[in-house]
Amino acid sequence: MSMTSGKEKNFDPLAFKSEFPIFERTIRDKPLVYLDSAASAQKPRAVIDAVTQAMEHSFANVHRGLHTMANETTEAFEGARAEVARFLNAPSADNIVFTRGTTEAINLVASSFGAELEAGDEIILSQMEHHSNIVPWHFLRERQGVVLKWVPVTEDGRIDMDAYAEAFSDRTKLVTMTHMSNVTGTRTDGEKIVSMAHDKGVPVLLDGSQSAVHGHVDVQALDVDFFAITGHKIYGPTGIGALYAKSEQLNRIRPYQGGGEMIAEVFEDRVVYADAPAKFEAGTPPIIDAIGLGAALKWLDTQDRDGMEAHERALLDKTMTGLAEFEDLRVIGTAQNKASIITFVMGKAHAHDAAQLLDRYGVAVRAGHHCAQPLMRRFDASSSVRASYAAYNTMDDVETFLDALRSVRGILM
Amino acid sequence: MMTAQDRIQTLVDEFELLDDWEERYRYVIELGRELEPLAESEHDESHRVHGCASQVWLVAEPSGAAPGALKFRGDSDAHIVRGLIAILLRLYNDLPAEQILDLDPRAVFTRIGLSEHLSSQRSNGVKAMTRRIQKEAGAAAESAV
Repeated sequence: MSMTSGKEKNFDPLAFKSEFPIFERTIRDKPLVYLDSAASAQKPRAVIDAVTQAMEHSFANVHRGLHTMANETTEAFEGARAEVARFLNAPSADNIVFTRGTTEAINLVASSFGAELEAGDEIILSQMEHHSNIVPWHFLRERQGVVLKWVPVTEDGRIDMDAYAEAFSDRTKLVTMTHMSNVTGTRTDGEKIVSMAHDKGVPVLLDGSQSAVHGHVDVQALDVDFFAITGHKIYGPTGIGALYAKSEQLNRIRPYQGGGEMIAEVFEDRVVYADAPAKFEAGTPPIIDAIGLGAALKWLDTQDRDGMEAHERALLDKTMTGLAEFEDLRVIGTAQNKASIITFVMGKAHAHDAAQLLDRYGVAVRAGHHCAQPLMRRFDASSSVRASYAAYNTMDDVETFLDALRSVRGILM
Repeated sequence: MMTAQDRIQTLVDEFELLDDWEERYRYVIELGRELEPLAESEHDESHRVHGCASQVWLVAEPSGAAPGALKFRGDSDAHIVRGLIAILLRLYNDLPAEQILDLDPRAVFTRIGLSEHLSSQRSNGVKAMTRRIQKEAGAAAESAV
């Protein structure tokens, strides 16, 4: 984890937390203990202000007007794209396509790259994908006869890399995998996934929804072909995400949706498309959300990210130690290389019961299948509780959660 | 037979004896434990109530209590939801169909301190279960005419 920057090092969780106005509120007179950041993170003041500023001070459509505010808004919007490029260490902002989120980014690739696939072509994916990295590929299976090759997950929640090596054939056209599981928090070995695929001449998409939150991402070091992120998990607004793609892919694959802004010229009998990334951004984009995402990433850049990661690791360790004392509690995903996302099953207690009762103690967690049914089936858990931490959580939050869980256990079991 | 109003009052009285939310939830879970179990074969798609995050099954049968009255049995894999089913059954079982259609459980759940189960979040099943009960009652009322 080497990040060369002159940023102030000394991560202070309470100072960090104080940048999030939402933590001033209480739930049933108890301070909010928000352990659902893997679903969506809370927003810092910097993002709230940027979004407000965009609407209060300088708003117009982008890339269209010639007036002052159109210019200012376009600058802010394209500035946000540059922030995303910097955040991912992309070679250029032209490699960044704004999308509604990871889901749309993956659907874009499935639709545009996928259009080139034929019946019998194969796509490799893992058993621990989020549904957003499963269902778009099922479309290709249903509509074009593309074959999905599933790589199993080990008992401790890692991708089985031996099985991965064996999943390739001369029909393999794409590998699409998570860079960090939203259920287990397991970091996958992105570089190895990519290099093994590239050895066979196969491009790779990595789903960075969670990994971009919990560590540095360098798409050039990964040498990955497509990388998808979503804004709302990285402390930004909802409705905005991004797809990084290599230029050769963006220039080759066909457009995703048709409309304004994505064209160079339109005639009655033909269309000349704009260059990427505009080619993939039909219609008025989510301007304000993109500006908010840019602000989130810019703000994140002023934070001690290594310190954040170390703090999250401490939260994880304390939680895992605490949970180990619970009899009959099974954590799904115990691999060492894991971020602060903890999913578990507690005896015969139903996850929904546990989550509803935890909420009564002011603790917000997720319960259910976490949009990853194949993985839940793999671990024979139809439903489970997920506690996920962001850097604004504190050691006190862990204590509150563990105490509340003990009480919940007393009620349910 | 108790009228709908009597049933509501009895529930409210019972819950008023409970000091705090923990007690209320323990009681809800207790009510769920006392539910008459469904047969294995009744845990099927035709009895499944959709729109609940946990799995819910409801079986409706004619009741001898009054013309057009229904008797319900239900189950869920979640304890709290099973308790909520038990409360609904205490409200609706053996009531004539037209009274089932008239009884809005929302006020009851608010009065017994369980209003959070009424939100429109899909994960909360009271709405879906009530809709199913009233649908069965509607069908029973129609066939009784």
